[in-house]
Formats: sequence, structure tokens, C-alpha cells
Amino acid sequence: MGKKVALTGNEAAAHAIRQINPDVIAAFPITPSTPIPQAVAQFIADGEMDTELVTVESEHSAMSACIGAAAAGGRVMTATSANGYALMWEMLYIASGMRLPIVMAVVARALSSPLNIHGDHSDIMGGRDTGWIQLISENSQEAYDNLIQAVKIAENKDVMTPALVAQDGFNTSHTIEIWELEDDQKVKEFIGEYEPLYPMLNTDEPVTHGAWAPPNWYFEHKMNQLRGLLNAKDVVEKVGKEFGDAFGRYYGLYEAYKLDDAEYVIVAAGSVCGTTKDVVDGLRENGVKAGLLKVRLFRPFPYKELAETLQSAKAIAVLDRVSPAGAQGGPLFTEIRSALYDTPSRAPVINYTYGLGGRDTQPRHISSVFETLKRIVETGKVEKQFDCLNLRGEWR
Amino acid sequence: MAEKLLNWDEVLIGGVIKDPGNSREYETGSWRVERPVWNPDTCIQCMFCWVYCPDSAITVDENGKMTGIDYTYCKGCGICVEQCPTKPKSLKMILEAEAKGKTEEELRKEVFSSEK
Ligand code: SF4
Ligand code: SF4
Repeated sequence: MGKKVALTGNEAAAHAIRQINPDVIAAFPITPSTPIPQAVAQFIADGEMDTELVTVESEHSAMSACIGAAAAGGRVMTATSANGYALMWEMLYIASGMRLPIVMAVVARALSSPLNIHGDHSDIMGGRDTGWIQLISENSQEAYDNLIQAVKIAENKDVMTPALVAQDGFNTSHTIEIWELEDDQKVKEFIGEYEPLYPMLNTDEPVTHGAWAPPNWYFEHKMNQLRGLLNAKDVVEKVGKEFGDAFGRYYGLYEAYKLDDAEYVIVAAGSVCGTTKDVVDGLRENGVKAGLLKVRLFRPFPYKELAETLQSAKAIAVLDRVSPAGAQGGPLFTEIRSALYDTPSRAPVINYTYGLGGRDTQPRHISSVFETLKRIVETGKVEKQFDCLNLRGEWR
Repeated sequence: MAEKLLNWDEVLIGGVIKDPGNSREYETGSWRVERPVWNPDTCIQCMFCWVYCPDSAITVDENGKMTGIDYTYCKGCGICVEQCPTKPKSLKMILEAEAKGKTEEELRKEVFSSEK
């Protein structure tokens, strides 16, 4: 058992990075993830880490430096948020295409405009197709645990794919919670030594990284890359179990909260799941069969496993912390609904956008979702497939 | 040299190239619409063309002297002609179509005869 500490989500990420002690970190500050590299810089100054911290002039440069260091053969990490993540865009694809297992802490935040520094999932959802593994954390404990596991997942020989671990800006990153900090040595043993496949610094076997592939090669390389990303699903499960064996907290692809016989189900990811669990508990006490499916692994999307857990549901609401931006619904909604199409379930699935730009989502808002689900089952009618939670004025 | 095309599950991870120098297998000469023709009579062996050629298509002998152009890789960009400092120039571009069926000697005569 670890030591109980009362620290923020950002500090949880920073302690994970301290224990991982990567060879290189290249980072640029951006709210709300700034405290992560800041704390890391302090750890290095205090002699608790020997990571090479590269301070750069932008996030584009940060990811570029990470790619160079990872191609050289180093274990590499970074942290960012929102517009910083967006500025990395080009390099995110290059990191995944070059199969460099960089691990990044993302403190999820709204994208401008209007300028807003608070939490939502606009950044990570926008980057969902950059070829990175995406793990979403509910709280500080998960932000810490997921970062440690992400190193092992990304560096697995069958995966060799960069991974991001998201936590919600401010809801988690700046909130002090009690969580368990594990022993430094135990964490180091858990992740083990990194053995890069083709390090550029190995002058005995010279290699070229980042070469071009003409039309008669590119397609094969992209599908080879996809296989690596898809392989991550089984590795996430395996590492989640190993982590449980080592530290007592077990992880899977998702968390099924009171889902076995649930009829009214909310599907969500991130800190809103904590609020939803409270509401589910209250409803269960009153005999209402409510449940939560918390999505932990968003990329690769474990569509089969998620759809299976939803088979008892009579009505489902998917919560997306991002605008659908012109799609039928938010990204979690469209993928969940698509996954259900291949199963016997024909439960109605509705979608909510919530929490944009740090808008509060309280138990009463989650309760209203369950009430809507009950009404749908009672009347057999879906009045609104898409709606907003805690928006001023009715969405129409 | 024909390259062996590999399937998606055979290619090396991340597009890594383990056998350096394999750009030799990529014959950029096939792109050429125009080609440079070299005049050894006026060439002062300054090697500007060799320095600037982006495809290493200027051939050089063991004494470091320029000996001509490797048309397997010369893509006809004309940079060597731009850089050549002699007056008149010792390299000139002609249309690839005009070079068809002619030896280098014949081409040289045709292109540079007026300058003799
Ligand atoms: S035309 Fe271009 S490619 Fe050909 S020899 Fe001159 S510089 Fe090189
Ligand atoms: S640049 Fe002109 S003069 Fe100089 S080596 Fe080349 S052909 Fe000769």
C-alpha cells in the first residue's frame, strides 16, 4: 500500500513523472498543466530526478524535441493542455507515425475562441485521430496510476505507440484530493528499463528515422501503425491487471459502475464520473436501476467490450464534454451508438454536451439526465436526441 | 534495380530504414523533362555544380575532377546550370525530347557549337 497524500491532480502527475524519471522532458507552460513541468523542474533542481528538461519556445517545438529525443532512444515525456496540444498537432501525427512511445500528461481544457482556460475535452477529442493511445482519468489517483501504466503500455513491443493520459483541467488538476503515492523503487521496478527498438544513437547499427514513403509505401506503413495502436487494447488490460497485483488498484478498459442489471445508464469519461457515481448511489437506494459506464480507454476505442456492458440498458445517455461540432452528436456518443448497432440492443441512446469551458455539472444535472431516461422508457419516445446540460436557454 | 515491395505486416515499424543509402534505389532521373549538357572545353573545374546538385548527380573521378552527369539520378532541376560561373556557361539545359537518340558527343556539338 502506498502512502496517503493530499495533493492536486497536477502534483499527482508530477510525482508519477518524478518516479518514472524519463531521460528527456521537453515542455512549454500552459494553463492548467503548467504546475506539472514546474514541479518537475523543482524535482530536478532538488536532485530528485536526473531528467534532461528542455525548455522550448512553443508546444510545436516541445513535441518536436520529444520526437528527436525518442528517436535517439530515450524514454520521453511531456505535458500540455488545450491550445498547446493543438499547436502540437502536426507533430502528434509524426510521433505516432514514427512509433515513438512518448507519454504525455494532458490536462484537458477548452480551446479558444472565446478564450477560456477551464476544463473540457475539446483538446483531446479534437486529437482523437492523431494515432495516440488515449487514457482518461476520473481523479488524481487515476491521473497518477494511468501515467505509470501508460509508460508500460506505450513501450510494449507490440504497441510502440505514444500515449496520452488526460485529466480534467481544474476539476482534477487544481483540486486537492487524498490519493496513494506508491514507493519510488516499486514504481521503477514496475515500469522497468526502456529498450528502444532502433535508437539513432546506436552508431553500430545506423538507421534512418522519419524518411518519406511514396504512394507505393505510405499505405502499408499507416496500416502497420494502426495494428500497433489496436494492439494497445489487450496490453491496457494486461498492464491494468499487473498494476493491480503490484499496487492493489486494478484497471480495465472501462469501469462498470453498478452496471450489471442497470436499466438507465450514463456513459461518460473524466471527472464527471465521480458526480455521476454519487447520483447512481442515491437512485439505487431508492430502487432505481441506474448505472454508469466510465470510459477509461478512448483510443483505441474498445467498441465491442463497451457495447457488451450496455446490453441490460433500456435507455442510455452519453455525456460529451465537447461540442458535437456539426456531427450527429459528440464523439463518445457517435462511437457508442455505432458500437451498439452490431448488438441485439435497440435501447434509445441520447447525447448531452456538458461542462464546456469549465461549466459546473452538479448532481441535480446528472439527476435530470436519469429522469429523462426514465421518461423515455415510460413513454417509448425520445423527444430530443441531443441536448445540453446546464446551458442557459433551451437548446433547439 | 527493382525494389521489393513489402506487405503492411512486413514493413519495418515507424518507417525506420535499417539499410542506409537506399535512396539509390529511387531513380529520380525518371522525373526529368529537361537535362543539363556539359561542355568540358570551357569547364574550369570549380565544382559549384557538384556542391549544389540536390541529387548528387554530378560525377567526379578519383582526382576530384568533374566528369559529367549521372542521368539515372539527374532530375533536371537546372540548379547546376544556374550556379555554373563560366561565361559562356559550361552547362546548358535542353529539352529531354531533343536529346532522344543522340550520343552525348553529338549533343555537346549541337548545344555548344555556336560558342566555339
Ligand atoms: S539538373 Fe539538377 S539534378 Fe541534374 S545535375 Fe544539375 S543540379 Fe543535379
Ligand atoms: S559549375 Fe560549371 S565550371 Fe564549375 S565545375 Fe561545374 S560545369 Fe565546370
